[in-house]
Amino acid sequence: MAVSSNTVDIAAAMVTQPVQGADWLLVTPLLLTMAGGAVAIMLRKKTAIQPWIAIGVISLVVLSNIGLLAHVLDHGVVTMVMGGWLPPFGIAFTADAMGAFFALSASIVALCAAIYAAGSIEASERRYGFYPFLILLLCGCTGAFLTGDIFNLYVWFEVLLISAVGMIVLGNDKAQIDGGVKYAILNFVATTLFLMATGLLYGLVGTLNMADIIVKVSQLEGQGPIYGIAAIYFLAFAMKAAAFPVNFWLPASYHTPRMVVSAVFGGLLTKVGVYALLRVVLMLMPEPREWLGDIISLVAIATMIAGALGALAQTDIRRMTGYIVISGVGSMIAGLAIANQVAVAGAIFYAVHSFFCITALYLLAGVINRIGGSFSLRELGGLYNKSPLVAAVSLILLLAVAGLPPFSGLWPKVMLVEGALESGRSLLAASILISGILLTIAIGRYWIYAFWRGGPEGTVDGTLVPQSDGTATVASVSLPMTVTVPMAILTGLVIYLGLFPEGVMAISTQGAASLVDPTAYVQSVFGVWP
Amino acid sequence: MNTVIFRTIAPYLSALMMVFSIFVLLRGHNEPGGGFIGGLIAVSAFAIYGIACGVAAVRRSMVVHPMSLAGIGLFIAVLSVLPSYLFGQPPMTSQWLIFDFLGSELKLSTPLVFDIGVYLVVVGAITSIALSLEERDVD
Amino acid sequence: MEFVIASLVGLLMSASIYLMLSKKLVRVLMGIAILGNSVNLLIFTGGRITRSVPPFIPEGSYLPLEQTANPLPQALVLTAIVISFSFLAYFLVLGYRAYQELGTDDVLEMRVAEPKGDEKPPLGY
Repeated sequence: MAVSSNTVDIAAAMVTQPVQGADWLLVTPLLLTMAGGAVAIMLRKKTAIQPWIAIGVISLVVLSNIGLLAHVLDHGVVTMVMGGWLPPFGIAFTADAMGAFFALSASIVALCAAIYAAGSIEASERRYGFYPFLILLLCGCTGAFLTGDIFNLYVWFEVLLISAVGMIVLGNDKAQIDGGVKYAILNFVATTLFLMATGLLYGLVGTLNMADIIVKVSQLEGQGPIYGIAAIYFLAFAMKAAAFPVNFWLPASYHTPRMVVSAVFGGLLTKVGVYALLRVVLMLMPEPREWLGDIISLVAIATMIAGALGALAQTDIRRMTGYIVISGVGSMIAGLAIANQVAVAGAIFYAVHSFFCITALYLLAGVINRIGGSFSLRELGGLYNKSPLVAAVSLILLLAVAGLPPFSGLWPKVMLVEGALESGRSLLAASILISGILLTIAIGRYWIYAFWRGGPEGTVDGTLVPQSDGTATVASVSLPMTVTVPMAILTGLVIYLGLFPEGVMAISTQGAASLVDPTAYVQSVFGVWP
Repeated sequence: MNTVIFRTIAPYLSALMMVFSIFVLLRGHNEPGGGFIGGLIAVSAFAIYGIACGVAAVRRSMVVHPMSLAGIGLFIAVLSVLPSYLFGQPPMTSQWLIFDFLGSELKLSTPLVFDIGVYLVVVGAITSIALSLEERDVD
Repeated sequence: MEFVIASLVGLLMSASIYLMLSKKLVRVLMGIAILGNSVNLLIFTGGRITRSVPPFIPEGSYLPLEQTANPLPQALVLTAIVISFSFLAYFLVLGYRAYQELGTDDVLEMRVAEPKGDEKPPLGY
């Protein structure tokens, strides 16, 4: 292949048009989190100002993500390539409605966690690096949601995993090291599977840019090893999302770290797995997804039911919350199994609901431990007397997570059931409802045992042994701002999404449209469908 | 590993390796090399110095904590992305500043700034791992 | 050539899976090390193996003058090596800590986070 050296058409390979300033919104969250993380690492010893750095940086990220979402809703899918190389040569960042919306939700969750941690993470743990890890975790999440390059997605997954394994052993308890070993190894195997599938995909289509992959895979017309590659991707991301047969790392580890760490993990990490499932398996490989449809649907059913049954079988509220996370993941995978627009929109809506609701539930477990002194349902009781407000908030959150009206869990489940019935997957629709019923029983027991009965087991109102001094002690508790503010934000969002779901529904539908029919996505990257 | 010969040679050897690491960092734009590999060479220099003279001596010689060094590097790398905003170009597009310096052509560029950031991140992060492993050996 | 290396990838991967199924943490970690390497080899093979020169562009030219090796898989493998290497280092330290704290390297006996014979949930309301 002899090529003459200096006759090169630069415009064929590089961006020559000036870039709009607003497009920079795609990278500002990443630059902010990286720079903020760097500053937080440098000032690790100054434990008093660490929370302020984190809260400041993450607030800026929230603002920037609001701007990005507004830009995407106005102008459609936005693409930007690094270094001025045109796609598929440069690493592209592409934000559609789903990516931008998830990025915004993730930054709100991280902001709440940063505020909550200011009151619960001790100075020694700050010195160890809680806040840098939190900011870099957000960086990894945002990068994963906004990238348009599949290898870059892998790199963001590793950024996430590095920050997560750093956070999970924060505190150095025995249980944490035990949970950390299982969490770290199984998640690393999952990301290695992801890498393996990416290597095979690159060998098949010769490109890593997602838009280019869409085009190349559609040209394959279902030939070749693309089915196997899709199956490996599904396994890898299902493992990251904690879907049923590969979910065991989650209940083994999520209850061990500090509650705010669990809250961030439960709120963000499994959702990144679900996001990757929707993005890669649904958008990049529609035909193999159809081929895998029945298996995905089985996995979704098993995940929903196993999660709900697991939640029923727990006394520890932290572990119960872990199983509730798994059950929710099943609902989102149901959207992937059905894959019509309503159901995918439902899955996106469910993910957004789950971002807020699961984070709030883990933080709530921390609050309950603070006022009740235990995580076990047998040792809790009578908390309504101590704090009616906490009781009310937790009732709202628990009803929301079980999908009962009028809170945010209802609408995505309605959309999922509608989509399932539309596409004739009645078994899936039934399982969504059955898992809802089982979860309702579980959360009912949670709330009644922790709040409604008069006192813990062994007291008059508790059930076992009536004792003479069994009157529940009523001492009103006052919660600091670091607890009330994030709980208020998250609970407010859960109520708001339940009462006024139209806006989120519209965004989710737009996001689902670009997943089901990625023409707009490809056009945003290449200008035209090549 | 604490022979007199090694302890005498190690400071000179690590100094030489540091110079070489900076050379590799700077030549990386036209020839093989760059921030990553330069950083690894610098880490080996610190590691040799640490094996010979102890972890405390390395920490003293680095002045700032290795993790802080990594933070500084990350910050510099982020800074190198920004100049292209001013020129209406996509992020990370390289900007060159070529001028005459004492009779020879000097080329400064944002990729160089980025590479210096990478260099510091690698030096900071891997030295801190290496030092904590060496410290663990003692007890 | 691809066939030979693909077989090697398969061999390494089955060895790593065998090791990862072991109960001993050390063997699991060795399995992870091999898994990372086999995937790197897989990516490298996925970019096609050719007998050609390294991908450098000579001075004064915009394009390579002759056919060069594919540089992209090399960049990917470099990234993956760095990541898997640093994770392996972390896992070794974590495994060692686990052995010290929990007094065992048998994963079946690591039941601190999920103790055996945990209390049953309350029946009824």
